[in-house]
Amino acid sequence: MLNLLRPAIGMAAVMTVITGVAYPLAMTGIGQGLFAEEANGSLIEKDGVVVGSRLIGQKFESDRYFHPRPSYAGDGYEGDNSGGSNLGATNRELVNGIKVRALDLSAENGNRPVPIDLLTASGSGLDPDISPESARFQMERVAKARNIPLNDLEELVAAHIEDRTFGLIGEPRVNVLMLNLALDEMSS
Amino acid sequence: MTTDLGQFALYCAILLACAPLLGGYMYRVYSGQRVLLSPVFKPVEKVIYRICGIDAQASQHWSRYAVTLLAFNAAGWVLLFAILRLQHLLPWNPAGLAPMSSDLAFNTAVSFVTNTNWQAYGGETSLSYFSQMVGLTMQNFVSASTGMAVAVAVIRGFAGRKVRDLGNFHVDMTRGVLYILLPLSIIAAIFLMSQGVPQNLNSYVDATTLEGTKQVLAQGPAASQIAIKQLGTNGGGFFNVNSSHPYENPTALSNLLQMVYILLIPAAFCFLFGKMVNDKRQGIAIFAVMAVLFVGGFAATYSAEKAGNALLTNSSKIIADPGNMEGKETRFGILNSTLWATATTAASNGSVNAMHDSLTPLGGMVTMLNMQLGEIVYGGVGAGFYGMLLFVVLTVFIAGLMVGRTPEYLGKKIEAREIKLAVLAILTMPIGILVFGALSATVPVAMTAVQDAGPHGLSEILYAYSSATGNNGSAFAGFGAGMPFHTTLQGIAMLLGRYGFIIPILAIAGSLGTKNVVPVSGGTFPTHGPLFVTLLIAVILIVGGLTFFPALALGPIAEHFAMLAGIAY
Repeated sequence: MLNLLRPAIGMAAVMTVITGVAYPLAMTGIGQGLFAEEANGSLIEKDGVVVGSRLIGQKFESDRYFHPRPSYAGDGYEGDNSGGSNLGATNRELVNGIKVRALDLSAENGNRPVPIDLLTASGSGLDPDISPESARFQMERVAKARNIPLNDLEELVAAHIEDRTFGLIGEPRVNVLMLNLALDEMSS
Repeated sequence: MTTDLGQFALYCAILLACAPLLGGYMYRVYSGQRVLLSPVFKPVEKVIYRICGIDAQASQHWSRYAVTLLAFNAAGWVLLFAILRLQHLLPWNPAGLAPMSSDLAFNTAVSFVTNTNWQAYGGETSLSYFSQMVGLTMQNFVSASTGMAVAVAVIRGFAGRKVRDLGNFHVDMTRGVLYILLPLSIIAAIFLMSQGVPQNLNSYVDATTLEGTKQVLAQGPAASQIAIKQLGTNGGGFFNVNSSHPYENPTALSNLLQMVYILLIPAAFCFLFGKMVNDKRQGIAIFAVMAVLFVGGFAATYSAEKAGNALLTNSSKIIADPGNMEGKETRFGILNSTLWATATTAASNGSVNAMHDSLTPLGGMVTMLNMQLGEIVYGGVGAGFYGMLLFVVLTVFIAGLMVGRTPEYLGKKIEAREIKLAVLAILTMPIGILVFGALSATVPVAMTAVQDAGPHGLSEILYAYSSATGNNGSAFAGFGAGMPFHTTLQGIAMLLGRYGFIIPILAIAGSLGTKNVVPVSGGTFPTHGPLFVTLLIAVILIVGGLTFFPALALGPIAEHFAMLAGIAY
């Protein structure tokens, strides 16, 4: 029995030290040295205040801003409480919710049909992006609320479209927070 | 569509290029040959063996190998359980999180020791940095290395001629961690950090949003855990929503790397096998079987998600293209979400980059079926390969029955003992999924965990027990698995699904190892040609299909037709 236990406990202890302490701490050291910004959460500061993270979506409800996708992270875009709707495809709450939302958004945005990503909740509830179609879909509303020419907004949105990596990997998208930051800058 | 095909082709090409190289490297590691990293790790190995009182030269009989493994896993379980229960007293807990309840800690410790990494808790709301790093990251490594060690020992039995022993568990386990998992994890962790995955011990950050509200941004040493969670087919996320979290998987490139890592070692095992049995064609045949099932599964999931939710696609107010986006991230879209969903369930990884509960009924069914087939389509690291060997044994037996000849595999006669053990192992899947699932569907308190009404509710139960027994760890996350009934029963299912495979397959290997090799003759059924590949695929699908079709018909298939008929629940 003892000749079984000693190696078992010893191995558990040694492996804890190597893989549970040394490895993550070494990675933390390397990250802080080489990629300090990324390893600390890609935070964005404005006038010395952290306004969010480039990677984490946040709530926008005012007409003056582009809106993100619906979120089930807590009460919506809670950065310490990620979550999706997890509703099944035939769930009445899901289907009816999306249909009502489609009517509302369409009415707010010139009665056009709504891109599906703007109607559906992301997996994380923290999706920082919307599709380029969803950004263009909202332009008219934002232009009106801010009283700026639509042309300027078209240029701004176009400049914020991130294409597929190497033209192949991932999907084209627009980071809502970055777009809205640029929007504030343009207006001021 | 063209870019989707291109991305899929790129993914397959990377895997096809890397898996044989890694397989060759792993062969050298496990056979104790010198590799590039030997000068670094050989001395470390020696120190480890001395500290732990291990005789690295001693080879073990299969039963000794199994007992050593069980003792090591038991020690790991006790350690992790203690950490989770005591995290409020331990350091690195800036969010001041409370200890885990005992049933949840039991479930979590079993989950990580068995390489399942089912998470009945939310990472950022339940676990301190100490628990994540010292407790979970460590088990991510050793549970993966345990599975790899078993597979290597099993292959030694299949390959050996009149050998009594299968190798030394401690040595295999240690080498797997040091030479394979650790270097590959370091590479991935550094790359992930460059893409924006956090790696710090900071407190959660308070941000003031543009609209002036407060947003708390969870932080932590995420990159180091995510690297090994993918590589070791563990899948347990740092944050609640796993790799759909933008901190856990921020870019298209981080996503590609993580997807490659999910299948890398499981695919490499086919080539390692070819080298160990000294016949590359045998490994390639098994790789082909896995590839056919994988590509088929992907095609089905992709087309289901692309077609979207039929209850929404007919509305004039909705632009239904690109497909079902509920639970999916914009940066990944349909292709990367479905490719990931197929890979992660085929490989018993269980990490997700989209919410499986919100997949279309047929898309969800494929992910479920991948697990129910026994997690052998590449499968878990090591675990997928030894699981596949069970089906190989069964297939040569059936082929033998057809022609009235004693079945052989790699020149070894497959006899009653091996078949009995193989069937015993294969039966653990229906017990864990159907028996436990049926129990959950009948006990009222268990049913309160079900979120969705209609057939999808049954799918949630089926998925949960498929995931636990298959040691996958992904979830239809609407299912409230956090209650004591399910944490306990799921814990038992995970133990059954892990050791119910490991012990019989080690016994089979032990028994085959002692046998002599029969020379190839005109009557030998070749196990490397297309005929064998087809037969093996058929056996897997028939066994899986016959066992699970009735349950799937009542769950996802019924839901699919309800959806087409315009019915919501």
